[in-house]
Amino acid sequence: MPTTFRRLTAVLLPLLAVHAMAADSTRLDDQTQLPKAPARPAGKAYFQPPAEADIPNNAYGELVRRGQDLFMNTKALAPEYVGNEMNCVNCHIDRGRKANSAPLWAAYTMYPAYRKKNNKVNTFVERMQGCFQFSMNGKAPAADSEVLAALTAYAYWMSAGVPIGKVQPGRGFDEPPPPRGGYDIARGQRVYEKQCALCHGDDGAGRKVGATSVFPPLWGKDSYNWGAGMHRINTAAGFIQHNMPLGRGETLSDQEAWDVAAYINAHERPQDPRLVNGDIDETRKRYHADDGVNLYGVVVDGRKLGQGVK
Amino acid sequence: MFASPARHLHLYLSASLLMLAVQARAADGEAIIQKGGANPAAMPCMSCHGADGKGMAAGGFPRLAGLPAAYIAKQLADFKAGRRENPLMQPIAQALDDAETAAVAMAYAALPKVQVKVMAGAPERPKEGSGAWLALRGAWDRNIPECTLCHGPAGVGVGDAFPPLAGQSAEYIEAQLRAWRASPARPAGRKGKALAAVPPTRRNDPNGLMQHIAADLSEAEIKAVAAYFAGLGESTEPFDASQHRLR
Repeated sequence: MPTTFRRLTAVLLPLLAVHAMAADSTRLDDQTQLPKAPARPAGKAYFQPPAEADIPNNAYGELVRRGQDLFMNTKALAPEYVGNEMNCVNCHIDRGRKANSAPLWAAYTMYPAYRKKNNKVNTFVERMQGCFQFSMNGKAPAADSEVLAALTAYAYWMSAGVPIGKVQPGRGFDEPPPPRGGYDIARGQRVYEKQCALCHGDDGAGRKVGATSVFPPLWGKDSYNWGAGMHRINTAAGFIQHNMPLGRGETLSDQEAWDVAAYINAHERPQDPRLVNGDIDETRKRYHADDGVNLYGVVVDGRKLGQGVK
Repeated sequence: MFASPARHLHLYLSASLLMLAVQARAADGEAIIQKGGANPAAMPCMSCHGADGKGMAAGGFPRLAGLPAAYIAKQLADFKAGRRENPLMQPIAQALDDAETAAVAMAYAALPKVQVKVMAGAPERPKEGSGAWLALRGAWDRNIPECTLCHGPAGVGVGDAFPPLAGQSAEYIEAQLRAWRASPARPAGRKGKALAAVPPTRRNDPNGLMQHIAADLSEAEIKAVAAYFAGLGESTEPFDASQHRLR
């Protein structure tokens, strides 16, 4: 495991400037072609999705429940589509209900939408296929598959009452702005060791009980791949600031969240499945150069990231 | 305030495992469990934790059988240092020397872990407001994760830092939640006399992960969630570890 980042700050300093500029001049998130989520009005609660007990006891309700089961036990129930040890609920806390943890109720009503990621208008089903391909490092279930029908039903059920096409406060991960002085991987390592290693391990491999993943792997072969949205430091910083450590979200500063997100995303992970001609530089140019702040194809500590691990 | 950096815990846990193995040879863990330590103040563990190490619900004495050695050793060190207050255990922990502590921890870790029955078919569907709901769904409006998120599916425990909740009695789990929770001072009023604030008597949770959870649980919720884990009971069928436990 590459854990010697002592010289990294020096190496990264010039890069930081580039990243900071990129952050200012381009939209950070490939989904921000849609407007950034508005701030929650003072004193107003986030959208409250319906209660689980209100899932009707009929065929439709059965499909919704199946969707929730898949959402929480993706690897166990749909192993043919999951190539790592991740489950939907790892990034979408509280079964996809928690604000600022990319809640389903703030996503479902925003599709179809154009995505720079694949340069076309995506349906909600295609968006979920992206999750399987990148975040789960697996194989996308067919659009008319039972798995995606159930997950769609679950998202639809949860979004009852949300106006179609209207951006909701709490959508996505509400990314904190890039820190003024940039991020620092070495500082991020110290945050990681203090706040994250307890659950995710010094080696980032997470922790399992028997076959079941409990704390998800953050890098390495069983984590999200180089094409996943979470590989962007800005996106991971948003998730981390709002949701980590588990149950103690919003206790890390924006700076700590950026630093630790950079540390995590400066590790190898499975290759971007869109790899162009087997070439990291070409792939960076096509897919990563304008994709927020990320280290794919960037030389860190003398090693070019984006090699991929199997 | 109550946070002990995870890094330290982590180092402590991994280093202590090595140390345990080295030190444990010098003392006989099983003998300490049955007859007590060299210092007579270190009473035999089994007199409270049971002949089989499964604890005694009535006294709130926890199960130690099958718990990770590093976890047990850390608890003994925390009793010794006063990070975990308990009038019975503190003097005992203080009376055990390092080799004895290590040996006892290893001996209990070697006993069988709790086995929890697997729900066949679909995952459990808890009712909102129940103990099962807190265990399996949490209360995210108060930033309370479901217990099983850290303590593992069916509360079987995860690694050295998240002990099993399955296999413990309701009395023990309740007492620990209250020990973390503390209670604020209450002025005299219709409900009765003024009460002084009670500080937490357990301050050894890594990164302060438990304290805020316990503080935000109501008394009724503490009882309900403790009863849920106690109610899982112990199965005689071993669990096939190649199978998933559904959440």
